[in-house]
Amino acid sequence: MGLLDFVKKVEPDKKKSPFLHTLYDGFFTFLYTPDHVTKSGTHIKDGMDLKRTMVMVVLAMQFCYLFGSYNIGHQHFVALGQHVGFIEGFHLKLAYGLMQILPIFIVTHIVGLGIEFYYAAKKGHGIEEGFLVSGALIPLIMPPDISLWILGLAVFFAVVIGKEAFGGTGMNILNVALLARVFIFFAYPTTISGDEVWVAGLVKDADGLWTSSYNWIHTGFFNGIFEWMGWDTFKPGLAMADGYTAATPLSLAFQGGWENVTSVYTPGQMWWGAIPGSIGESCKPLIILGAIILLVTGIGSWRIMLSVVIGAAFTGWLMNMWGAIPFMDVPWYYQFSMGSLLFALVFMATDPVTATSTNTGKLFYGFGIGMIGMIVRVLNPAYPEGWMLAILFMNVFAPLIDHYVLEANVRRRLKRTTVVKRVETEEAATHGAH
Amino acid sequence: MKNGISKLAFLLFFTTLTFQANAQTAGEGSTYLYTALIAVVAILILGAVLQVADSLMRIEAKNMGMEQDNTNFSLFPAWSDVFKPKTPDFAQNDRVVNLQAGHDIHLEGGAKKEFLNFTPTTFAVKPTDFVGMSPIPKVEVEVGAEVKAGDVLFFDKKRPDVKYVAPVSGEVVAVNRGEKRSIAEVVILADKEQTNYRSYNVPDLSTSRESLVEFLLGSGVWPMIRQRPYDVVADPLDFPKAIFVSTFDTAPNAPDLNFVVAGNEAAFQKGLDVLGKLTEGTVHLGLNAGGESAPAAAFTEATGVEKTYYNGPHPSGNVGIQIHHTNPISANERVWTVGVQDLITIGKLFIDGRYDAERIVAVTGAELENTGYVKTYIGANLENMIKGNLKNDHIRVVSGDVLSGKAVPTNGHIGFYEDQVTVLEEGDEYEMFGWLLPLSPRPTISKTYPNFLFPKYKFTPNTNTHGEKRAFVVTGQYEKVLPMDVYPQQLMKAILVNDYERMEGLGIYELSEEDVALCEFVCTSKQPVQSILRQGLDMMREQG
Repeated sequence: MGLLDFVKKVEPDKKKSPFLHTLYDGFFTFLYTPDHVTKSGTHIKDGMDLKRTMVMVVLAMQFCYLFGSYNIGHQHFVALGQHVGFIEGFHLKLAYGLMQILPIFIVTHIVGLGIEFYYAAKKGHGIEEGFLVSGALIPLIMPPDISLWILGLAVFFAVVIGKEAFGGTGMNILNVALLARVFIFFAYPTTISGDEVWVAGLVKDADGLWTSSYNWIHTGFFNGIFEWMGWDTFKPGLAMADGYTAATPLSLAFQGGWENVTSVYTPGQMWWGAIPGSIGESCKPLIILGAIILLVTGIGSWRIMLSVVIGAAFTGWLMNMWGAIPFMDVPWYYQFSMGSLLFALVFMATDPVTATSTNTGKLFYGFGIGMIGMIVRVLNPAYPEGWMLAILFMNVFAPLIDHYVLEANVRRRLKRTTVVKRVETEEAATHGAH
Repeated sequence: MKNGISKLAFLLFFTTLTFQANAQTAGEGSTYLYTALIAVVAILILGAVLQVADSLMRIEAKNMGMEQDNTNFSLFPAWSDVFKPKTPDFAQNDRVVNLQAGHDIHLEGGAKKEFLNFTPTTFAVKPTDFVGMSPIPKVEVEVGAEVKAGDVLFFDKKRPDVKYVAPVSGEVVAVNRGEKRSIAEVVILADKEQTNYRSYNVPDLSTSRESLVEFLLGSGVWPMIRQRPYDVVADPLDFPKAIFVSTFDTAPNAPDLNFVVAGNEAAFQKGLDVLGKLTEGTVHLGLNAGGESAPAAAFTEATGVEKTYYNGPHPSGNVGIQIHHTNPISANERVWTVGVQDLITIGKLFIDGRYDAERIVAVTGAELENTGYVKTYIGANLENMIKGNLKNDHIRVVSGDVLSGKAVPTNGHIGFYEDQVTVLEEGDEYEMFGWLLPLSPRPTISKTYPNFLFPKYKFTPNTNTHGEKRAFVVTGQYEKVLPMDVYPQQLMKAILVNDYERMEGLGIYELSEEDVALCEFVCTSKQPVQSILRQGLDMMREQG
């Protein structure tokens, strides 16, 4: 146990530098499960803890990370009309995607974990694992070209106001990751909605044309390597391909219904996900793979997932019947392969802290999300997507749903109350007890 | 089972979705799809009509007063009937309750069905074993005094009628004190031969309830009758609405009560007869329907009781679970419970006229060389059962099972109500990346471990917490191991915020620590569920 001895030796003093000690404790418990033993109550404990729970969720979304990173690069080059095949220019797309997603990931974690560490030190408890999942989710729901300062501000807002103000992990009412996104959505709407934000690395030049733009890492570092290897390089100043549109299927559907969508994207493309969109939302099979991991390990609630699916399908079907606007005519089953429905229902709706806590409540909660999300997506004239708002809305209602479920339980119990007989003693009579 | 089906349905749904999407791209799919949809809608409408008709029929049946508790007047069989496990032959004639929720923790070191030759020398009665007793009871004996088995040792000043007596004859060698001069234990050095019994004037069972209660109080067996709610010694002023006896214990490595009752059948039946006099309601006997063979004849052929079979994993053997499914407790109601061995002692008092506190204790644990049963008396010293019988000396000794027993020193005494000793390894070791890639198998209900693939594997447990305490995060976890219509996590939160009304409404009266012990075991946030519950029960008890 040489490593353990070394790690123990560098432990900072808790009184002199509480912040450093908290930080140390966070990393130490990451490296080693502590030697705590049970004191009262059960003498043995289940092998499951919050770290393992959270890491399983993070692992389940790794497929989305892999695909999402590559897809950033792919969309960039498709917009330029170069390397249009999915695996053409693999090195360029991968390098480009990583250079976009890494800063987003790093900024999210520096801001979010920094706040977590600060509050943990201030309150004198261990670092809690909640931000592991929030921090992994936030990059996946951002547009690839998001300004890092806006992102930092959003994460700061979400963690401080959304979580720490309520008492930290396990106490928040609203989903932290979605709160970060909704902050940007309302504060800087042009950076997260419209047709122009879903493809990274294009800027308008003086003539109003979109051209490719790179920084020194691409042109200096990567081009150097790629030239040396004899591969294609990044070429700044390339103009966007003629007739290219980065519109998402949802905005197309909003403008002209299903026909308008299929004129640009085939259902297969939408299903496999090589289309513009938020970083992690586009590839449906990989999201379903993540869902399977969550369901098999029992970490994601199947009740919530199933009821969101039913709620969304039912509402979509009703809209098919009604068909007042073109968007309503999009077949309900294709609603699942457009936008972020699947991602939201697998990773966002199932957050155990902000969802309802009763099993019955979860069914209503999920159905509500499915229904409201579909209504916002289809009927809202300003913004053709609804899951973020629907989930936040149902987060607020989750305690109310739980309240009614619990009240029903209380009433069942009250129904069987009876009159109780007891030996009457003088003492009992004078005190009027029982 | 139910979970499995739902998950499968969910996956199937996704698969069909994929096929539909593919069909659509082929161009021909939409007509098929709409036909299928119309068919589905038609079936749904038909189902709705049937459902309405069915409900009307049931309402009618109810209005006519035909619907008794469990008669199914519906057109359809109840779901629970369709999926219920097969009732074993021996339970065919009685009511069977099938319980889904729960978890059996399989551990190494179960007691072998043989008697070990250990003879403890000292015995102790500990006031701390009796919840709610004032910390300094009135001790009636002095150190050095000779006592007979059944002589009064101490009583609670708040309730002087209830006497606590010596389990064996011998000499009082110590009255040990704990914190703030409280009495921790009264220790007796037993005579080599147990022949010296206090004599009683045993009343006939046809006597009045009042004089029967008086006799039980004075004789020293009253503390064996416990009361729910609160899991405290019964109040002699109460009329319990029912009395429950569970004849099996599902806790990890718990003693096999079929083995324990052998030879004491008459005393057990006599004890049941006594209980029958104490309540105007029913004496309920809970039997195990999950065993490979029928329970002992002492249980299956008991008379004057209502027998119910319970089929399910731990905690189905807990009397609290059985009460919930047979005659649940509401506010102000009182139910009494008695353990099997306690009942035998009561029976022997009426048959032989003496206080025979014999206990057959299961000596269990993966750290012991020899496991088995020991014939001794209440409050036996553990030292000679454990010393010389250990594989390893870095251990914890538990009086009771690993879920709700109390840790005691190696030379300590077993608790008043306990009939099991468990010895397990202390787990105060660091484990590198233990949360992610654990090196040793450990019991868990989580499917992130491969445990669920090996349901028969026996674990060697240790006392490590496997993680740190956190706020409540994961939901729906406690419900998986508590087969009751109770919301345990919400109840715990109500206790933590002192919300009396909520606690009562959510059923705190129906629970005791042993019932929620599995919730504490599985808790991802490592919350001390049992002590939170006890805190709530104490608050409710003080309120009266």
